[in-house]
Amino acid sequence: MVPLNYYLILSAIVFSIGVVGVLIRRNLIVVLMSIELMLNAVNLTFIAFARHLGSMAGQVAVFFVMAVAAAEAVIGLAIIISVFRQTRTLDPQNMQLLKW
Amino acid sequence: MVSAEFSTVASGLLRWIPLIPLCATVLNLFWGRAWGNRTAGGLACAAVGASFAIALYLFWQLPANGVLRDPVYTWIESGLFKVNVAFQVDALTAAMLLIVTGIGFLIHIYSLGYMAHDEGFVRFFIYLNLFIFFMLLLVMADNLLLLFVGWEGVGLCSYLLIGFWYRDINNTIAGNKAFIVNRIGDFGFILGIFLLVTGLGRQGVWTLDFLELQKHTELLSPAMIGAITLLLFIGATGKSAQIPLFVWLPDAMAGPTPVSALIHAATMVTAGVYMTARLHFLFVLAPATLSLIAWIGAATAFFAATIALTQNDIKKVLAYSTISQLGYMFLAVGMAAFSAAIFHVFTHAFFKACLFLGSGSVIHALDGEQDMRKMGGLNSRMPTTYWTYLIATLAIAGAPFSAGFFSKDLILWEAFSRGAMILWGIGLITAGLTAFYMFRQLFMVFHGEFRGDDHAKAHLHESPAVMTFPLVILAIGSIFAGWVGAPEYLWGSRWEHWLQPMFGAVAAQESSVSTEVLVTVLTLAVVAVGFYWAYAKYGRAPAKGAPSAAEQGFLYRLSLNKYYIDEIYDYLIVRPFTGCSRFFAEFVDPRVIDGAVNGVAAIARGLSWVWCGLQTGNVQHYATGLLVGTLALLAYFLGQS
Amino acid sequence: MNAATVIFLILATLLVISSLMVVFLRRVVHCAMALVTALLLIAILFISLQAPMVGVLQVMVYAGAIMVLFLFVIMFLNPGVLEQPSVAWWGLAAVLSVLLGAFLVPLFSQYEPGDNPVTSTELFGSPDVLAKSLFGEFVLPFEIASVLLLVAIIGAVVLAKREHGSDGAA
Repeated sequence: MVPLNYYLILSAIVFSIGVVGVLIRRNLIVVLMSIELMLNAVNLTFIAFARHLGSMAGQVAVFFVMAVAAAEAVIGLAIIISVFRQTRTLDPQNMQLLKW
Repeated sequence: MVSAEFSTVASGLLRWIPLIPLCATVLNLFWGRAWGNRTAGGLACAAVGASFAIALYLFWQLPANGVLRDPVYTWIESGLFKVNVAFQVDALTAAMLLIVTGIGFLIHIYSLGYMAHDEGFVRFFIYLNLFIFFMLLLVMADNLLLLFVGWEGVGLCSYLLIGFWYRDINNTIAGNKAFIVNRIGDFGFILGIFLLVTGLGRQGVWTLDFLELQKHTELLSPAMIGAITLLLFIGATGKSAQIPLFVWLPDAMAGPTPVSALIHAATMVTAGVYMTARLHFLFVLAPATLSLIAWIGAATAFFAATIALTQNDIKKVLAYSTISQLGYMFLAVGMAAFSAAIFHVFTHAFFKACLFLGSGSVIHALDGEQDMRKMGGLNSRMPTTYWTYLIATLAIAGAPFSAGFFSKDLILWEAFSRGAMILWGIGLITAGLTAFYMFRQLFMVFHGEFRGDDHAKAHLHESPAVMTFPLVILAIGSIFAGWVGAPEYLWGSRWEHWLQPMFGAVAAQESSVSTEVLVTVLTLAVVAVGFYWAYAKYGRAPAKGAPSAAEQGFLYRLSLNKYYIDEIYDYLIVRPFTGCSRFFAEFVDPRVIDGAVNGVAAIARGLSWVWCGLQTGNVQHYATGLLVGTLALLAYFLGQS
Repeated sequence: MNAATVIFLILATLLVISSLMVVFLRRVVHCAMALVTALLLIAILFISLQAPMVGVLQVMVYAGAIMVLFLFVIMFLNPGVLEQPSVAWWGLAAVLSVLLGAFLVPLFSQYEPGDNPVTSTELFGSPDVLAKSLFGEFVLPFEIASVLLLVAIIGAVVLAKREHGSDGAA
């Protein structure tokens, strides 16, 4: 039986790596992918706890997270396509219209 | 000893005395114009007449040694401190009531004629009724605060009426001057009230009711009483035109003559005397203040009389005469002879009002001319005016058995019998001066040849009955009003007897009847000298006018220019004050205060520019911010556990 | 150190490596493939955690549908220019993320499991049980999720439509 801690620590590490990706990369698609990475890290935590506590609620939660992540990825990509059509670039640093 | 035992009787009638004129004011305010002059004026006169009738009724009803009370409603109630709008009528108030409503009524009737052709007729009566209301509030108040409300109110009406013909800026300036100088006095008055309230309050007594105050004077230290009375007296110098705050009264002659008669002769200016009499129980405990009052009164009487000697405007002479007579009243107050002071208020109201109304009659006949050098010989053309004026002049000079004779002599006797010889001397000389300037005026206006132009001569006419009727009544009063206060060796003083329960018995003076008669004779002698001097210079034909500029000596010019007192005040007080004001308005307000406020705004703006820098528009920067916040929270919670 | 732990450690190492690849590879397609790898590894982890249904769903939906979608978009957009990373920014972000990790890891390693994990039935995590939960206790979120997906579909279509083909489109 793998101790719960291990899963949690693994999840934390993957989450942190995802955060790095969101903040650093200058390609919107990669940013979106990093977000997916973060979501998956959290999913891992959920499943680990579900098994540990014997409750199906964790797995159901992952189910819904996946549904929402799908929806979010779809919308995110649609937005990226629209933005690309306007600005011909995928670099978030070039999209500073909301600067003061 | 002041007797503090009064029997109080409740009477719901009291509130109607001030209320009826107030109702007339409001009615005329809204509908006076529509109703027309006759109705509006009639309403105003009827209102004051009704108040007079009630006052007369109450006068007969007043129990000896009794007080009528009418609590209307509670005005201020804060903890233990309670001030009511409540009226009280005792002997003193009854006397004042009769003066205010009676003389007020006569002057209202006079104004029907005097202001008949004025387009502001209705406005005049609105203001006049409002004034009566406030004056009644003042004399009928049962506490010091309500008295002060009336005090301020009459000041307001005085301002409104002085500047009645507001189209001429000089009238407005005169009104402003009256109000502002009064205000300076009122500042002292207010401070006095504050001191009184807190002084008693510290001992646990929170009240301003006169009856209550009278019971608790022993709670105040002599120094405190001295300070309070001094401050209250400063207020009185403003309202009653004593040194140093008398400068507004001559300028107030810019108002219509009935105003000068009512407000600046008979009623408002006597409010200061009334106030000291009302608070006599405080003033008798402050001998230093009383001494000061006596000296200021005497000095003012003399000083104003010397100015009146040379004035050429008919109303200015009377104005300075009023200041002088007020000085006499305060001289009496300073001698703690309160009933004598009020007695002089009473008689003065009659003859001074008569004089003012008479001068109004002359001005009216001469179509606005006020310079006495252009008058003369009016006695045949305006007989009623002349005879009433003559009677009133005799009264003010102190001719035997006139009203002024009894009241002025009483005051001089009070001073003499208490050993205040210098004060008595000043009063004596002033009596002589009074006789001189009043008869000078009489001779210049009514005797000799007419010195005006022919147009005025043709216009000359006696005033209509509505104006001469009050003159006659007042002239009769000028003779007989004083007969209630005759000295002991004649037929005794009912006046003294009537007011005695209030003020206590006059301290028995070491005197004999012969001394009193001697003093009176001395006074009469001085008056006769004054009369003769006036007659010699102005009465004997050919009558001389005023000296020309070349003939004027130094003293003459000093008197004519009222000792340059206005110029001195302007230089010493007004200019530094306006300079200071300008400094604050032009420097402190824009730079310092606005600068501070704008500075705060500028700081806010500056700071906001700083924070603006955070809005880069870059989503990843914002995400970094999120992360930083999350880390902070994590650190906090980790630190807690 | 039993077999389960060893397998777990191998899987964990591979997962971390593929995550790093997602974040740090230059070409987008490479990142996408690394992400697919990561997702598959996570699916394996799910299955090892007695969540077979969810694991299979992960493969089907996440690694299958979503990543395919990603790849479609990458091909569609075909970004040519390679991005230039900014060093200062990299440094700051890296530091912060390391800090995050530094916070979370000790936090989680402090967590004491306490007694033995609850022994679960064989059916735990099976489609039966999952379905029972979904249609029983969590039926309302289930329905809302379906509405959500509908909205997402409509939204995506609207957002990605060509401009000149539509009139009055926001």
